[in-house]
Amino acid sequence: MVTTPSKKTVRLSRVIVRFAGDSGDGMQLTGDRFTWESAANGNDLSTLPDFPAEIRAPQGTLPGVSAFQLHFADHDIVTPGDAPDVLVAMNPAALMASLPLLKPGAEIIVNTDEFSKRNLTKIGLTTSPLDDDTLANFSVHPVPLTSMTVEALAGFGLGKKDAERAKNMFALGLLSWLYHRELDATEHFLNDKFARKPEILKANVAALHAGYNYGDTTEDFVVRYEVAPAPVPAGTYRNISGNLALSYGLIAAARRSALPLFLGSYPITPASDILHELSRHKHFNVTTFQAEDEIAGIGAALGAAYGGALGVTTTSGPGLALKSETIGLAVALELPLLVVDVQRGGPSTGLPTKTEQADLLQALYGRNGESPVAVVAPKSPSDCFDAAIEAVRIAVTYRTPVLLLSDGYLANGQEPWAIPDLADLPTLNAGFATEPNGPDGEFLPFLRDPETLARPWAIPGTPGLAHRVGGIEKADRTGNISYDPDNHDTMVRLRQAKIDGIDVPDLEVDDPDGDADLLVIGWGSTYGPITAGVRRVRKEGKKVAQAHLRHLSPMPKNTGEVLRSYRKVLVPEMNLGQLALLLRGRFLVDAVGFNQVRGLPFTAPQMQDVINEMLEGV
Amino acid sequence: MTEIPLKAKDFKSDQEVRWCPGCGDYAILAAVQSFLPELGRKPEDIVFVSGIGCSSRFPYYLSTYGLHSIHGRAPAIATGLSVSRPDLDVWVVTGDGDALSIGGNHLIHALRRNVNLTILLFNNRIYGLTKGQYSPTSEPGKVTKSTPVGSVDRPFNPISLALGADATFVARTIDSDRAHLIEVLRAAAEHRGTSLVEIYQNCNIFNDGAFDLLKNPTTRDEALIPLRAGEPIVFGDRRVVRDATGHLQVSEHGEPVVHDPTDLELAFALSRLSGVALDHTPIGIFRSVEQPTYDDEVRAQTDDRANEDDLQALLTGPDPWTVN
Repeated sequence: MVTTPSKKTVRLSRVIVRFAGDSGDGMQLTGDRFTWESAANGNDLSTLPDFPAEIRAPQGTLPGVSAFQLHFADHDIVTPGDAPDVLVAMNPAALMASLPLLKPGAEIIVNTDEFSKRNLTKIGLTTSPLDDDTLANFSVHPVPLTSMTVEALAGFGLGKKDAERAKNMFALGLLSWLYHRELDATEHFLNDKFARKPEILKANVAALHAGYNYGDTTEDFVVRYEVAPAPVPAGTYRNISGNLALSYGLIAAARRSALPLFLGSYPITPASDILHELSRHKHFNVTTFQAEDEIAGIGAALGAAYGGALGVTTTSGPGLALKSETIGLAVALELPLLVVDVQRGGPSTGLPTKTEQADLLQALYGRNGESPVAVVAPKSPSDCFDAAIEAVRIAVTYRTPVLLLSDGYLANGQEPWAIPDLADLPTLNAGFATEPNGPDGEFLPFLRDPETLARPWAIPGTPGLAHRVGGIEKADRTGNISYDPDNHDTMVRLRQAKIDGIDVPDLEVDDPDGDADLLVIGWGSTYGPITAGVRRVRKEGKKVAQAHLRHLSPMPKNTGEVLRSYRKVLVPEMNLGQLALLLRGRFLVDAVGFNQVRGLPFTAPQMQDVINEMLEGV
Repeated sequence: MTEIPLKAKDFKSDQEVRWCPGCGDYAILAAVQSFLPELGRKPEDIVFVSGIGCSSRFPYYLSTYGLHSIHGRAPAIATGLSVSRPDLDVWVVTGDGDALSIGGNHLIHALRRNVNLTILLFNNRIYGLTKGQYSPTSEPGKVTKSTPVGSVDRPFNPISLALGADATFVARTIDSDRAHLIEVLRAAAEHRGTSLVEIYQNCNIFNDGAFDLLKNPTTRDEALIPLRAGEPIVFGDRRVVRDATGHLQVSEHGEPVVHDPTDLELAFALSRLSGVALDHTPIGIFRSVEQPTYDDEVRAQTDDRANEDDLQALLTGPDPWTVN
């Protein structure tokens, strides 16, 4: 491709692009490809897919808008960005839904072909925003994307509808030109995707190039941009979403512990992709069971764990509610079990495709009786890999259910990931019991390891260890049914002591000078926005400390000490103050919450403002 | 080394049996213990999984591995165990409330999948452990603590339900007929796939005499219809025949229908002969057909041939980039 020399290139440090269109316009795919191109360019990046729960909401309406936001930069970034610099709007609904988010002066590439009277009426407009001063504060590039795509594909023998469907590739081509991207990787991708549909493949590749060439030749675009690669440690990288990283973490953990992986699951947004992914890898000794309901999903996983497999179930909030009783059984049986909750907006059905972190108390306490479990939460999409391995370590070592709290933002968000070397991953020994352990040669299924308080994992088929376990209270050591008051008190305390004694790393504090007055502490996916906010505040020359809890149960041993060493503690959460309640209740510190439940992650400016407000009060 | 054949006592656990004196469960336990040696399996290779209810205490009284789980969920838990451990012989013990009310969903799905399980459904037509409420198999009009003026629920026919779920082995027997019980258990255990055995079981505390019609020597011959594969269906001085429209009916005359456990329609028609009144109650094997089992088919798709290199390649993905 020849680039017209008259077009100048401007260097930018970072850019936020938002692709918005109809649910059927292929915006997630377009955003995904542009993300790969940015990654290949060496940029650091973070993404936020934002789509409706309906598969195909009425065409052209506001509820039907599907968007994909990408933040890429020449430096380390931690959030998908706040106000977009560039909007690609495929129709009036996408334009109007995205407008309030944009940075003043943002560039808008808008598909003018869709601004028919009918489409305007669908969103309650009588005049076109392209014709009045609605877009006065923005730099607008009106592009007849649909008709130019159809024109470019004339002679391909495609129907008008099929030709129009390639308009997202035209848009991607145009953006690729605008940001100096190579098209090879996307062509490879299209080759794979449409291998069996040669006409569609040709059309998409042609549309991609047509978009690129349009940018090159049109006078509407006079400036191209370049975002330099971000300096990152040497290594091999790939892009990864949270659900994919979590799936890989489960497979890797199973392999490193030499256990077959058994997933019992029922489809639920936004967790289903883990079921889909694991179902593709059955030659890694992975069995997936799509159960008749959430309860059967965890039931089968527990049955498999009883038989000596790594039992896993995946779900979201409503499913976790249904699984409560079986988690309680796993607590009583003291068997390893991994419960993955990809949190979404609640209560009830709530916001299936939006993110929230309001299941923390459900995870910790949502069962009858004293029913302690371990709880681990990843902090970024790629961290889902390590968090899954950590959760498996705890489950297997301590013979306990572990809840892994991901969320919708982590699940679908992507970021570059330094691909680990398998040799660097921890190995685990399941340590099945093989011999009787009692003083008289008998088997005592509830005789504990003095250090971990874990009981033996004695799987069926092992001679001499046949025993009966169940949800009824068991006598210490023998595991026989016991209604003895003292025994129950002992067992309740033992189960709690086992969880409290889980070996977890100390809480690390990022406090560069060690003399900040304010500590910001979070958990889960708020790590990115909190970190970005902290950086902004520090750039203003102010001091603030940051800590992030990966282990919510048990919390690190130094948590109280850390909290008490700061005059003020701020806890931003996408719920109404669940971690703050725990910190206040457990450590008697005046933790102040910042809480929002809008189905979207916090933004860096939001965190900056909140931290500044707290600092002013210090 | 010659192995000494196991005996019934080898399958007894050291736990004291705590059902009410006179409960039908004792007879079933004794029958199962005396049958288990026939399986030729070691106690450690057998697992009994149960839910909640009087019947679900069963695993505690056997020397095998046992899992006393939660209400209604035993078929789901046993499915996970059976799929991941083909070397085990997995049994489920459940009751009419556990299997047909709170656990109805899991039961029908285990049956339709044809998971390799043997399910013993103790049907006493009452909730015993919660002290006497009507169950999903109680007869309409049943007066219980929760239905003081009589229940208005229409009951399930467990055999019809199982056949409707396309279960591959469906049988019925009675707690008091030890020989018949063991005969049915033997066939159920031999069957590959899900076997459902409904066992009429007397709760002498809350629903005593529920099946007396089928036990009393003066009435049973008129009510019990033994089913034997390949044999005419005759009982007492009567028989099961087809009427002019092809429907089954009980008659004193006519050509008796020959039982064929591979005929699903016949099995279903036989299951409808007995209403809640039990006046014409077939016992024995309604259906027994060989079909692929869920766990065998799942395992056929699963293996561990992927090695460390494959895993590293999986993690690396198709589009990595290297930073030097």
